[in-house]
Amino acid sequence: MHEMSIAMSIVDIAQQSCDKEQKNSVIEIGLEIGELAGVEMDALEFIWPVAVKGTVLENAKKTIDRPDGKARCMECEQLYPIHNHYDNCPECKSYFKEIISGQELRVSYLEV
Amino acid sequence: MCGTCGCGDKNGPMLTMFSEDGHYHELGEGRGLHHEISEGNIHHHHHEISEGNVLQNHHMHGEGNVLHQHIGDSKVLQLEQDILQKNQLLAERNRGYFTAKKMFAINLISSPGSGKTSILEKTLNDLNKDIPCYVIEGDQRTLNDAIRIKETGTEVIQVNTGQGCHLESDMVMSALQRLDPKEKSLLFIENVGNLVCPSMFDLGETNRVVIMSVTEGDDKPIKYPDAFAGAQICIINKTDLLPYVNFDVNKSKEYALRVNPSLKFFEVSATSGEGLDKWYGWLKEKLT
Repeated sequence: MHEMSIAMSIVDIAQQSCDKEQKNSVIEIGLEIGELAGVEMDALEFIWPVAVKGTVLENAKKTIDRPDGKARCMECEQLYPIHNHYDNCPECKSYFKEIISGQELRVSYLEV
Repeated sequence: MCGTCGCGDKNGPMLTMFSEDGHYHELGEGRGLHHEISEGNIHHHHHEISEGNVLQNHHMHGEGNVLHQHIGDSKVLQLEQDILQKNQLLAERNRGYFTAKKMFAINLISSPGSGKTSILEKTLNDLNKDIPCYVIEGDQRTLNDAIRIKETGTEVIQVNTGQGCHLESDMVMSALQRLDPKEKSLLFIENVGNLVCPSMFDLGETNRVVIMSVTEGDDKPIKYPDAFAGAQICIINKTDLLPYVNFDVNKSKEYALRVNPSLKFFEVSATSGEGLDKWYGWLKEKLT
């Protein structure tokens, strides 16, 4: 359940920003969690209320953007959507690829 | 309790080290250091609302890489900050430490029971006369694995993660400071037995090794692709049991290569010693 560590890291980032801005709470937090980021969204949702309880994020609205997985084939340069690490190029069938989107794991913005 | 990692919580990570006489000493929490990098790269500034570019009490401006947008009394901070940035920063510090000391550090990941500790015991018994070796053992509870490693004559530090399902780079950093490894040594970091969570956390290792055993399903690589995607080496253990189990080695390799076409394999049996020579050869080559 590494989603707990992830939630705690998000709380930490929010706390630091609030400290710097001299604010006591976050109104809204925007997260970017790609399709291939390795985060189980149900687990994150499950753990969220526990992780944020008593923190600056306790009453914050949470907005999650989920970028799709995209890869560039390293053999034929074809761009293609991927949903799993083991998806291959639809053109040349190669498994060698560079993942160009879908691994994002970021706090994009905070409204404080 | 610290909002990041739970330090101060009794369930936080605990480091234990053994002395020459076999006694062990609890060294306390393994997370004393993470607060050092608490500033991240976010800057703060004071902002006058009376600037010329205010438009209907709503404007954006940038300073460095942080944009601020003000709506009424609240403001929006455009952070674009990696959630695992703190772990990543400390991982890079560990990596720098390994490079400076000309060490080779391996992060061993597998599900529980695949034989990580057995492979390590055998490897240490065979190598630690010639090469200085060190081990950081990660488990949720008990000193059992560290005791097994200690019996090979290798310096070991046990990190008990409590409720934690993986090691993080700050725990490795704390353990390293206690171990104080020699130059040109081999460090094995045995992660918590779990094929999911440890994949996400860079420890600063030189190489990541994923282990599967023939008593598991041969489709492990596509069931748990993250663990295989981030590794450079895959060890297939317990090959002595192949005659008795329904495990297709070629199929498992093919699955693993779909996830990670650059993966290199070693087929070994920690029990019989079969195939370990090639693994040792690879380790020695990496150290020179």
